[in-house]
Amino acid sequence: MNSFKGFVTKEFKQIFRDKRTLVVLFGMPVIMLILFGFALRNEINNAQIAVLDLSKDAVTRDLTQKLASSEAFQLNTYLHNYDEVEEVFKSGVVKEIVVFEKKFAQRLTREGIANVQVITDATDPNLANIVQSYTGAIIRDYTQELNYQGKVLEQGIQPVIKMMYNPELKSVNLFVPGLIAVILMLVSALMTSISITREKEMGNMEILLVSPLKPIHIIIGKVLPYLVLSVINVITILVLAHYIFEVPFKGSYALFFGEAILFILTALALGVFISSVTNNQQTAMMISLAGLLLPTVLLSGFIFPVESMPAPLQMVSHAIPAKWFLIVVRSIMLKGSGIEFLWMETLILVGIAMFFMTLSLKKFNVRLQ
Amino acid sequence: MNPIVQISGLSKNFGKVEALKDVSLEIFDNELFGFIGPDGAGKTTLFRILTTLLVPDIGSASVLGMDVVSDYKKIRPLLGYMPGTFSLYQDLSVEENMMFFASVFGTTIEENYDLVKPIYSQLEPFKDRYAGNLSGGMKQKLALSCALIHKPELLILDEPTTGVDAVSRKEFWEMLHVLKGEGISIIASTPYMDEANQCDRVALIDKGEILNINTPKNITSEFKKPLYGLKHPNKYELINRLRDFEYSDSVHPFGEFVHYTDERGKIDTDELKNYLNVNGIREPIIKQIDPDIEDMFMSLMKPEEMDV
Repeated sequence: MNSFKGFVTKEFKQIFRDKRTLVVLFGMPVIMLILFGFALRNEINNAQIAVLDLSKDAVTRDLTQKLASSEAFQLNTYLHNYDEVEEVFKSGVVKEIVVFEKKFAQRLTREGIANVQVITDATDPNLANIVQSYTGAIIRDYTQELNYQGKVLEQGIQPVIKMMYNPELKSVNLFVPGLIAVILMLVSALMTSISITREKEMGNMEILLVSPLKPIHIIIGKVLPYLVLSVINVITILVLAHYIFEVPFKGSYALFFGEAILFILTALALGVFISSVTNNQQTAMMISLAGLLLPTVLLSGFIFPVESMPAPLQMVSHAIPAKWFLIVVRSIMLKGSGIEFLWMETLILVGIAMFFMTLSLKKFNVRLQ
Repeated sequence: MNPIVQISGLSKNFGKVEALKDVSLEIFDNELFGFIGPDGAGKTTLFRILTTLLVPDIGSASVLGMDVVSDYKKIRPLLGYMPGTFSLYQDLSVEENMMFFASVFGTTIEENYDLVKPIYSQLEPFKDRYAGNLSGGMKQKLALSCALIHKPELLILDEPTTGVDAVSRKEFWEMLHVLKGEGISIIASTPYMDEANQCDRVALIDKGEILNINTPKNITSEFKKPLYGLKHPNKYELINRLRDFEYSDSVHPFGEFVHYTDERGKIDTDELKNYLNVNGIREPIIKQIDPDIEDMFMSLMKPEEMDV
């Protein structure tokens, strides 16, 4: 036990002495969060729209006013006929044109239904999608208002779109959980694998093996400091996300940290596993980056939704721990779900963690070959 | 005497490279045993098998009466091992390295201070310096101190004096003699032939094979033929002319001298001098000399492996 304590002490000393790595370790979450939070936005601000109002009545004026006053849109111009549509889009400034049909208000009150056409410039499909959803949301809002006022009896205005949990479509809300997964993978798996392979590369492992230290002591001793660092990083991200980006946290902190530690353990086990199949730091880094980080970013649903991937890739995504972790963390943070809704994902995470821990323990070499 | 290391029929291959070929030997209690051989002779592989870090392909080895494959867990705590590359933590200070290895072996610096004192006391003025900033000789002293801190029964030192200056090398061997006096058995390897005389017994090893095992004195006395040392400013021509000589047996450059043996054994040095004079080597110095380990090593190496 004494020898284990000595080993852990040494690990902490080495980590805290390596100032450059330390700056990266603690600076990275901050920089990444700010980058993802500010630069990689999916939401829109002041998108230019044009309105073709063929009805020109109280309702369409009202609705136009609603759209224009939203932060998302800025009313660029009014059109007078359909021929102008293409012309306006060609100028490239206007991203969306809203067309109200003739006798809009009249149809709405008499028939209970009126049509509004939303035309978007789909050269940037993502933007077009978002702009369209925004418009849909605003129109629906307005319809509901009319309903309350008793002016409209039936369905109202098409289309009906509703976005829950992230009604402003704030992308930072989605990125924070993903970012936590990426940072944990990076710190836990990458740093652990590098730190163990460094011992091999420098020849320290030779002496450590020829000592009473058991392999399990070496592994835990290597892993423990990074577990602590990872938890500190998670806290940093949560605090930043809360105070800078006002990301909500609706669920239980205890459950969240429980799941986070489970994911960290999985990542650490992966790191130990990588270090047991390689002998130098560079290979360990390449494997960690290409084999762990890339799938975590691309296949976990962090940036691209899993549902829109082709079937074979969806299969692959099931094997990625970050996918399950993301589902769990998004549910806890944004929906406030409890374990009763997340037990299956949690069990899968436990399974993956156990699998890799056993594997890395088995693979850890008590010899040099 | 008690053998503490028994090796029989040991072979180890790395792919197509035969690192060790059918090695058998015994090392006794409280011996200072040296493995002498050039780089790539198989010394490190042999040491790694003895320290249980590698498993032999064929044959068996026992250390302190225990098998290196099946009893590796019991052997490891009893060994003090210094690998060929400096493998202490360069970003830890001298004292921290010592404390770390002491704690890993479940002891403290104070507990075994007497044993490491002769060596560690030289390092104590620099105890707050990072190990990476020490000189080569200091590094090796620190590595030895760390290998000793748990009072091992057997010290295994892989090329401890490689890359160390001549004075530090001498000091290092003096320390090993002190440790031997404390009852510790020591196995060391070195590529420096002149260090063979520091050992009780040496094994000459080359290309994975043991060429000879004996005391340094006996090894040189096995050198049967009279040995001549020749010296001339034009050493290259001297070597060529000697090799061309009809009774030439062996010709090896040794520092400023060229060592020569003749097929006929003892020769008339004037005759050789005449031959050289005629062939453009004017007034060479020729004298009969005592052979050393290196001469023996050269004579034992396979002829095709000899090179200038």
